Amino acid sequence: MKLTGKAWKFGDDISTDHITPGRYYHLRSKMEELAKHVMEDADPEFPKKMKPGDFIVAGKNFGMGSSREHAPLALKIAGVSAIIAKSFARIFYRNAINIGLPVLIADTDAIEEGDELEVDLSTGVIKNLTKGSEIKAKPMPKVMIRILQEGGLVNFVKKHGDLAV
Amino acid sequence: MGNGVTGMTGDKSLEMDGLKGTLAEKILSRACGKAVKAGDYVFASIDAAMIHDITGPLAIKAFKEIAGEDGKVWDASRIVIAFDHQVPADSVSAAENHKMLRKFAEEQGILNYDVHEGIAHQIMVEKGHVLPGMVVVGADSHTCMYGALGAFATGIGSTDMGSVFALGKLWFKVPETVKFVISGKLGKHVYGKDVILKLIGIVGADGANYKACEFAGEVVEKMSMSERLTMSNMVIEMGGKAGIIQPDKVTEDYLRSIGVDFQIPEWLRSDEDAKYRTVELDVTGMEPQVAKPHRVDNVVGVGEVEGVRVDQVFIGSCTNGRYEDLKVAAEFLKGEKIAKNVRLIVIPATRTQYMQALKDGLIDVFVEAGAIVEFPSCGPCMGGSFGLIASGEVSVSTSNRNFVGRQGSPEGRIYLVSPATAAATAIYGEITDPRKVK
Repeated sequence: MKLTGKAWKFGDDISTDHITPGRYYHLRSKMEELAKHVMEDADPEFPKKMKPGDFIVAGKNFGMGSSREHAPLALKIAGVSAIIAKSFARIFYRNAINIGLPVLIADTDAIEEGDELEVDLSTGVIKNLTKGSEIKAKPMPKVMIRILQEGGLVNFVKKHGDLAV
Repeated sequence: MGNGVTGMTGDKSLEMDGLKGTLAEKILSRACGKAVKAGDYVFASIDAAMIHDITGPLAIKAFKEIAGEDGKVWDASRIVIAFDHQVPADSVSAAENHKMLRKFAEEQGILNYDVHEGIAHQIMVEKGHVLPGMVVVGADSHTCMYGALGAFATGIGSTDMGSVFALGKLWFKVPETVKFVISGKLGKHVYGKDVILKLIGIVGADGANYKACEFAGEVVEKMSMSERLTMSNMVIEMGGKAGIIQPDKVTEDYLRSIGVDFQIPEWLRSDEDAKYRTVELDVTGMEPQVAKPHRVDNVVGVGEVEGVRVDQVFIGSCTNGRYEDLKVAAEFLKGEKIAKNVRLIVIPATRTQYMQALKDGLIDVFVEAGAIVEFPSCGPCMGGSFGLIASGEVSVSTSNRNFVGRQGSPEGRIYLVSPATAAATAIYGEITDPRKVK
């Protein structure tokens, strides 16, 4: 599956409070509303300027902090098609896969904000269409690929009745 | 057994006594019925699971998508629901969420600690839901706190939890372990909180990402359960999956004090020859530590930030809202008044901690000093309920996160400290070294 979109660049250690600030938690049962504020504390303009299909490209330890699934969910609902980062915080990484939001680990230094990217989820190849360059993401653990292929953990368990790995 | 404790699940056929490994490896081996090592993927039985009012609704949604509207959870006696983030309901939407969770608890026969009981993590520990050697999951990142009792406890998301509710099991990658060996002697007014802040400063916010942490050494051995809980609580701030302390007499005595008679099994110890990365710290002469905005690993000695003007001080949270923490704060505040233009918010972690503080006169001390004492809850650390800070304001807090916007305005600034440093700071209205006060 190939995804194309524009890169929005962020630094290291983007926390779940950057992604979904606590002051909007009264909106958590209206995820579409919460998603309108996604990443606001990392870049106040982000919810306005991003377009569905775009990518978040970040440094290391993306998604550190809370286990709140509202964080990856708000990104998915806002239309972010995948997150590419040097590394992810553990719980966020798992949550993203579980809800079917692709997360790729790659050296993101060469990607600049605004670059047009084409990401092939099956091979992990990230093509930078603006720069004409190409990088490869680290392969995902097998269990995660299986969950992502089923569209998330709920579908996986429904289909297989179990999640033995 | 104490209040509503259910013993361990797991395959009894595995012979644990001959097994060698880290605490994480051994606990996960027991829970999946075969000897496993770091790097293995396992499917482990869950001994206890917790959801709260923020993450609960999504977990139930995931569970119902898997098991159907009328599906039954795998074992209601192993699940705990606790309301702590928006209590009592601060909005109609919070009230609706509470109503939904109450209904689910009743239908399924799950124990529900309602709005009056306090912070979920402290409830899990003091009501005896966690035993040494258990695998415990919670839909909250600070679930790692229960590692202080020698459990493998980790935070998971709501969808993972929905699947746990349905299956009673979850997949894990057995983590590698970082062993923190703490030696020396803690100085006056230096606590477990200062030690864990120092360690996070050393290894960084992702220094233990995907790893289990173990805390050991003479300093940890001498620590009370309350201080151990503070240490384990914050391993997530260095990315840790679990923060385990080998159970000992302190653990046994603590369990006895809450009415749980539990003998620590022989196998539940960390083997010297297991594979660890070791980080050593000698705390002799270490000053009280402060995590500066906006990162928990931005840690300095208090001397470097003394004199920073403060608008609000918060003493509480799952990290430092226990009776022992309140007692330390009260020793500073007794007979004192907080500085003009400073708001001091004190929140006991649970009703039990609150009652003990009431009985011993600590609450009188706080109120007389000018503090606002709030009902047990996450308080300002939730960042969206109450006790928030405005733009440009400074909060000094005993909680665990100082991220942008964590306590309200994204233009506010949060410093993390121990209860002693927080209390001293409240008196002077600026960040204050507690050793200079008493």
